[in-house]
Amino acid sequence: MAEKPPRSPDAPKVSEPALSPRGTPPQSPLSPVDPVAIHVAPEMAIAEADVRTAEEGAYVRGTSLWRDAWRRLLKNKLAVFGLVVVVLITVSSIIGPSVIKSATGFTPDFIPSDDVRLIKSFPPFTGPDGNFSWTHPMGTDNAGRDQLARVLQGGQISLFVGVISTLVSLLIGVSYGAIAGYVGGRVDNLMMRLVDVLYSLPYIIVVIVLLSMFRSQTPRGQLILLFIALGSVSWLTMARIVRGQVLSLKNQEFVLAARATGVSAPRIIFRHLVPNTLGPVIVYATLTIPQIMLTEAFLSFLGFGVQAPLASWGSLAADGIQNIAIYPWQLIFPGVTMALTLFSLNFLGDGLRDALDPQMRTV
Amino acid sequence: MFRFIIRRLLVTIPTILVVITITWVLIKLAPGNFYSGEKRLPPAIEKNIREKYGLDKPWYQQYGRTMWPIIRHGDFGTSLKYEGQSVNTIIARSLPVSAAVGILAYILALIVGITAGSIAALKQNSRYDYASMAAAMLGISIPNFVLGPILVLVFSLTLYWLPPSRWGGFPSRNLILPVLTLSAVYMAYIARLTRAGMLEVLRSDYIRTARSKGLSEKDVVVRHALRGGLMPVVSYTGPALAFLLTGTVVVERIFALPGLGNYFIQASLNRDEPLIIGIVAFIAITLLLMNLLVDIAYAFLDPRVRY
Repeated sequence: MAEKPPRSPDAPKVSEPALSPRGTPPQSPLSPVDPVAIHVAPEMAIAEADVRTAEEGAYVRGTSLWRDAWRRLLKNKLAVFGLVVVVLITVSSIIGPSVIKSATGFTPDFIPSDDVRLIKSFPPFTGPDGNFSWTHPMGTDNAGRDQLARVLQGGQISLFVGVISTLVSLLIGVSYGAIAGYVGGRVDNLMMRLVDVLYSLPYIIVVIVLLSMFRSQTPRGQLILLFIALGSVSWLTMARIVRGQVLSLKNQEFVLAARATGVSAPRIIFRHLVPNTLGPVIVYATLTIPQIMLTEAFLSFLGFGVQAPLASWGSLAADGIQNIAIYPWQLIFPGVTMALTLFSLNFLGDGLRDALDPQMRTV
Repeated sequence: MFRFIIRRLLVTIPTILVVITITWVLIKLAPGNFYSGEKRLPPAIEKNIREKYGLDKPWYQQYGRTMWPIIRHGDFGTSLKYEGQSVNTIIARSLPVSAAVGILAYILALIVGITAGSIAALKQNSRYDYASMAAAMLGISIPNFVLGPILVLVFSLTLYWLPPSRWGGFPSRNLILPVLTLSAVYMAYIARLTRAGMLEVLRSDYIRTARSKGLSEKDVVVRHALRGGLMPVVSYTGPALAFLLTGTVVVERIFALPGLGNYFIQASLNRDEPLIIGIVAFIAITLLLMNLLVDIAYAFLDPRVRY
């Protein structure tokens, strides 16, 4: 803390501070300082392209890491496929149920009230009279509810749980990892030892105990319990990743400069260090969403997760398995939709990793 | 090395006690009681039950009542729903079922995963590489509770080749579908890890040395590359075991196998407190010991690792 960072003679003037408030590392003195080029990427550390520019000595307008990553992502066919499918499924689960309602009049929880027919479960594209019909493209479930509407509504819940729980785990993991990494020493040791211990626990078993013991009377209460349970057990890897990043960043000059100018520790952590760990964090978060969705489906399948009348892909599959011999479509549609979504999310995550973090890619 | 094992074992014991305590606290904090059902019990009966199970005592005495027999004799008490059966008997009876399915699934996954992964790495960017990696991604993405019923639908309900469910003793055709369902995810993960590990190793200096010595390609791969390339697979064993446990829960439910997972779900639904604590503790012990074994194996396989 005592020594001030040495000022190079050609340090930028006051009008162009070496540190933007978001914690941009100072531009290398080797490359021509162009204020516009700096402002293209205020958040990120020196991008690959900038380094190349500096080495070659030629001036290329600096592309931001994000634009660079986006370009690389678009080259990866599987990742683009994943992105398109994820967007399609997300959009159709959000607007789908209301579109179906206005088109055919069926809501996900509409149970036809005629008690004349005993069988209310129709195969896909089949009307009550057994002929071809467009009303139920995925057939109906046991109670006669439109399966397509239910799958789309289930998608809403599944995606919602995946995203919210990932956000919860992000919040815990990033703060925990960043604090451990920045403070260092004995605190870091203790904090990471705790993570090691938690890692070795059968967390899913503890989650099942938690969910079954605190089973909420309302579906919404159960959903909130699910967010907390899933988010609070999936932050461990995130904490490790962020800690590693912070450890490698905290001794760089821009942190020293921030400290020398009297910026408080929490501010350094959250304004200067955390934004610089964003790349790996985004990659890992994208890969956490399918994992959490899978865990949620697993819990709902066992009957501990989402409660009726809400449905998720997991609980729909659990309903479907009851009648698999007679009405296989009740399992196949939610199951395949879920598999397709997870498949796409995994490809998107892998693609993002290759694009944002070329060193981490496994050739 | 010896000191490392002792130190790790010393950490393991308090960890297990912590797990049991967390479970106990969760059960005690939860609203209601194991005897509270649809119908309210007459106060006199309720009082008797509370006395019998020590629920009228302060919390630290209840805690001691649970923990002390566990610490002294490893005795988890008697199940509240399976009458007259101790938790230890239930675990001893259901463990072989889970172990048979789990171990077979893991062996199958190792064989298929390592083979597919190494061939994919050796023939990088070939058609085979793409096909096996796409298959692996599919394996990771299809939830086992979807894969299992689909396998049943195809092999049992349509083709009538295999029995759809139930336990049929150790070597029996009943095991084929559960083992396949359970191993799909690991197969996929192991194939991906093997491929990544092998690709890295194949480009390293010592492989170049081995090749330049004039070793045959087979010797290079089997003797040198595999040993280094399988390190990620070894370190995955720990997490794999955790997955295996959750996987068996679902697979045992789907195929109606009387294993640990199935008993655990029943116990959670019935609020069978001693059985919940017993199974959680058992799983934690298994997991921690396996992690220790993995670390030791790591030290043996990789001479650079020193404890």
